[in-house]
Amino acid sequence: MSTSTQRDLERSHWSGPTRRYDIVKEGVIATVVVAVLVVILAMVFSSPDDPSLTFRGWAKDMPDDLYVTTVAELAGTSESATYGPPYNDGGDGQVLGPIMLQKWVGVHQPIDPANDFVITPLSTQEQPADVASALGDWTGASADQQAAWATAYDTALNDPAGADGDATKVPDGDYGPVPTLATGLVAMAASGALDGVLPSAGDFYTTNTTKQIMFFGDGGYLDAAGTANNLQGNTWGMMNETGNFPGQQWLAPFSLWYNLPFFNSEAESGFSATATANGDIYIMAIITVMVLLLLFLPFIPGLRAIPRLIPVHRLIWRQYYRSRAR
Amino acid sequence: MSATATRGDHAVPPETWIGRLRGRMEETLPYDKLLPERQPSYVASWIYVFGVLTLAALAMIIASGVVLSLQGPAWYHLSSTGLFVNSLHFWSVQLFFMFMTIHLIGKFWMAAWRGNRAKTWISGVLCFLVAIGAGLTGYVLQTNFDSQWIAFEAKDGLNAVGVGAWFNVADLGQMMLMHVFLLPAVIAVLVVIHVLLVRVHGVVPPLDAARVDEIRAGSASDGGAR
Repeated sequence: MSTSTQRDLERSHWSGPTRRYDIVKEGVIATVVVAVLVVILAMVFSSPDDPSLTFRGWAKDMPDDLYVTTVAELAGTSESATYGPPYNDGGDGQVLGPIMLQKWVGVHQPIDPANDFVITPLSTQEQPADVASALGDWTGASADQQAAWATAYDTALNDPAGADGDATKVPDGDYGPVPTLATGLVAMAASGALDGVLPSAGDFYTTNTTKQIMFFGDGGYLDAAGTANNLQGNTWGMMNETGNFPGQQWLAPFSLWYNLPFFNSEAESGFSATATANGDIYIMAIITVMVLLLLFLPFIPGLRAIPRLIPVHRLIWRQYYRSRAR
Repeated sequence: MSATATRGDHAVPPETWIGRLRGRMEETLPYDKLLPERQPSYVASWIYVFGVLTLAALAMIIASGVVLSLQGPAWYHLSSTGLFVNSLHFWSVQLFFMFMTIHLIGKFWMAAWRGNRAKTWISGVLCFLVAIGAGLTGYVLQTNFDSQWIAFEAKDGLNAVGVGAWFNVADLGQMMLMHVFLLPAVIAVLVVIHVLLVRVHGVVPPLDAARVDEIRAGSASDGGAR
């Protein structure tokens, strides 16, 4: 009885009772209602627009952090330098078992942090004599010598039992021009010059802001601002906006995974440690499965039966059921 | 109008490609099906309004977005009028996603894919997914602190699956092209397909409609017997 009749009913043109329904009128009314609602919301709440951070601001507010970050860029220990594809070969990127999409895709947006973030910007400007001399020493040295200077200074500067980030407490050593270059870049940033030079040293046009974003992310300045605005991924930041404005609420099913302890483990080994280190690819894999389930839900036995098993439709079509029962 | 032409006393099918295409279109979606004045009696619930509300919010997004594009991305940082138009765009997007989510949830509980309507469901989900991309590109296009933060955070997920070089959220120029042209164009095409599919297949009948009719018919015959 019903199953095939119901199927026929669903597939054929409806021949049962009808009612007048002016969809054009409904569309016009809906447009007017939404327009009024949007105007009211815009007038009452406005929209978020916290000014962008600048390298000048970083140099003014957290000069030591910019200094330490600059040294890390020269030493090749920063996040950008060790990121791997698509920026460089500093790492393999994230992996999911044998799947290494980042590595397989390769470098397509080349970034060489030492040169792109420090040396080239310094070279584009007239520098004080000590910085100009340090630039000459650096560019005249072999790559091995550059690495030896920068690594020695980076290690000494970040020694938790020693300087611990304080440049004034770094013991004497063979650091070559590295401290002077870092000081020079912080001074250049404080003047505001770095903000203009970094995107396109020597070029007129610039539309690609990848280098600035990457450099910002290597230090603590952007991170501190993100934390202060509740924007961190593990505090539902993906759905937040600055201030009290709603963010991308529709990313809730995505954001959820970044808040699970499993993807925020402090363990140094084990599956959770691996999942945390490769959290993005793990979560993207989960999201891909979720999207495919949603997309092909009409064909998935069990899932497609849920609306029949939990009769919310009795509520939606209550008027129809009631009228047909009479 | 029929797709056939008359030659003498005989009706002949069109021989040209355009004639065949017209015939197919007239057969699949005649005007009374495309713009019907009546709907099945079960189309009587507030849940049906959310599809139209989603389209209305999309219209507001496009209208405010056109004004923003005419003035350039720095406008809303410098002008109170610009900030207001940016606010219209912002709240239109918030309403658009809210309406679309309610529409999607409603269609799930109606099992609206029944009766060869799977393509309608899939095109709707695709609209939702592409809209998420359009929303993300808009957020990184704000050129404020939030866009710096989102660009830095979002790049990792995209890089992890190997698309970060071609969907580079840290590249303002690329994001602007995607947000202002590419993704809206894809959404527009998907929305048209989605709406046409709804019109072709009609609004899905209620679950158990046949059973309800049988019970009704049974009651009527019982009543008649008494």
